[in-house]
Amino acid sequence: MYNVELAGSQQGLLFDAAECIGCGNCYEACKKENNLPETNKDFLKDHLSNSTYTVVEEYGDMYARKMCMHCLEPTCVSVCPVGAFEKTEFGPVLYDAEKCIGCRYCMQACPHNIPRYEWSSTSPRVRKCVLCYHRLKNGQITACAEACPVEATLSGKLDDLIAEAKRRIKESPDKYYPHIYGQEEAGGSNVLIISPVPFEQLGYSSKVPKVSMPDFTSKAMEKIPTVVSVGGIFLTGMYWLTKRKNQIAKERRAHLKDEINDEK
Amino acid sequence: MKLMMKNNFKLSFWKIISVIIAVLGIYSLAVRFVKGLGSSTNLSDNVPWGLWIGFDFIGVGLAAAGFTIAAVAHIFNNHKYESIARPAILTAFIGYMMVVALLIIDLGKPENFWHPLVMWNVHSVMFEITWCVICYSTVLTIEFAPVILEKFNLTKIQKFIKKITVPVIICGVLFSTLHQSSFGSLYLIVPAKVYPLWYSSYLPLHFFISCIAAGLSMIIFESYLCARAFNRGLNINILSGLAKGVFAAVVIGAVFKFADLTADGKIPFLFAQANETYAFWLEIIIGTVVPVFILTSHKLKVNRTGIYFASIFAISGFILNRMNVCVTSLVRSSGENYRPSFEEISITLFLVLIAMLAFKLIVENFQVFEKEKHQTDSISAKQEIFSKNLIFNKQNEC
Repeated sequence: MYNVELAGSQQGLLFDAAECIGCGNCYEACKKENNLPETNKDFLKDHLSNSTYTVVEEYGDMYARKMCMHCLEPTCVSVCPVGAFEKTEFGPVLYDAEKCIGCRYCMQACPHNIPRYEWSSTSPRVRKCVLCYHRLKNGQITACAEACPVEATLSGKLDDLIAEAKRRIKESPDKYYPHIYGQEEAGGSNVLIISPVPFEQLGYSSKVPKVSMPDFTSKAMEKIPTVVSVGGIFLTGMYWLTKRKNQIAKERRAHLKDEINDEK
Repeated sequence: MKLMMKNNFKLSFWKIISVIIAVLGIYSLAVRFVKGLGSSTNLSDNVPWGLWIGFDFIGVGLAAAGFTIAAVAHIFNNHKYESIARPAILTAFIGYMMVVALLIIDLGKPENFWHPLVMWNVHSVMFEITWCVICYSTVLTIEFAPVILEKFNLTKIQKFIKKITVPVIICGVLFSTLHQSSFGSLYLIVPAKVYPLWYSSYLPLHFFISCIAAGLSMIIFESYLCARAFNRGLNINILSGLAKGVFAAVVIGAVFKFADLTADGKIPFLFAQANETYAFWLEIIIGTVVPVFILTSHKLKVNRTGIYFASIFAISGFILNRMNVCVTSLVRSSGENYRPSFEEISITLFLVLIAMLAFKLIVENFQVFEKEKHQTDSISAKQEIFSKNLIFNKQNEC
């Protein structure tokens, strides 16, 4: 379930697919804010890449934004062998290219398939949305939320956004599918999405487990001390036992030999 | 005379192949390091891991005899297997070196390969793997050192190593156990991406059991190759002991796998019309059904050829399993049909070539195998009479 305590002072983002008009201002603002080169003349045909941290996708007469969800207990943070990912104090999940070794486990493991890689570089970095960490820190809202001409992308305190999402769904139950995507998915995230239709129809995976992802690994990892200690004791014991067994067998053989010799 | 010529031709044939592989491998390595992973591999944002990761699993799995045989011979004090401890440890050592090389080639920032030594994240399976590789490689070096030391008569160090052998081997068994299973643990965190036939919360255990069959099979297979190349084989007594181990591991692995699938209610997937289903059954038939069939058929049980064939099938099944887990099982969720690039394949082959040459070089110059002639094994030779017409055996005895 959603961990409200953890989300207490968290900042977040709410995307409302019912309000989105598909203008692409958020896409442009994100490119500008992060100094990213143009990747496609038609933003609706673009996709996430190492130079595109957010996209607007067209589904009939509806639009869906895709970007890093900034999970409360991020998979990327947990799987990175060198701790190159960090869940910062108020929400954004940040990446440190200096630490990264390039194993790409973060990309393989991300439940939302977000991280992108600089494949053509000889010193490639993982690229993704940073939830405008630098702006939030200065008390500003994210560039995409600021650029949104309607109230489709909101930036603010996570608690307020949850309340707002609930209010919208409650006030217009006909307009919304009764679920806040990101509240439970992958154990909850700082980015939330509401939509008029089931989320699968807008390309948001319904397969994402509604539990904290790192738990899948930690269940196995926490058995390591047991394996090592029990295994160590077992092997030492077996060494001692089998050695003793061989020794006794040897002695018995020698003894038998002596007896036979005596009888002779 | 005819045979000599044939042999010469064969040697030069393999030499030519080796040179070609080496040239292509070096070229591909140059492409990989000059132009980056994007131009040298078919990896993408949707398929960040490919052939190389699969090959790491395979290399480490086939090296598993290093810890099983060391444990049987030196911990369980079953001295019958002492004679194969050295080839098993050498195999493991070379396998691990190859995997380390490939892991570094596969890293986006190979120059940062040392970071896990100082930047820790104990929650990461990849971190665990890195440390297991480092620790077990160290153990393997210590385990194999006597072979080198005795050649140069360095008795003092030899004595010291002999003193610490048992604890070192125990550590080796523990590191290996963790390492083999942790490859399975890598995929625990992607339950929604791995196809149900391969995903299991017991994935680490599945990986561990299957590596034992693969490792023992590898020793059998090597003994066959060595019997051909150096006229040094294993006696049938040890071979059938190993075959029993393979049999047990394969059967236990299969029973566990199907019990696990049943418990998770995944039986319908076994009969679904899908590529994954075929890949799964291919893996089971080659890796389980055929070896079990060969090893339970009485005629084959006592003869080398049967055991060799069973081991080759077990290894093939194991390779299929690992490739299935890291490629086939993810095709559907990634939406991309990944095929390894020319560079990925040629670099992999190049590393295999280096590994084989290293093995050959060490076996020729150090006492890895016991000084025992293959032909002197007359009892087994008699048992093999009925299958003499098989090409494999003919070459064995030449």
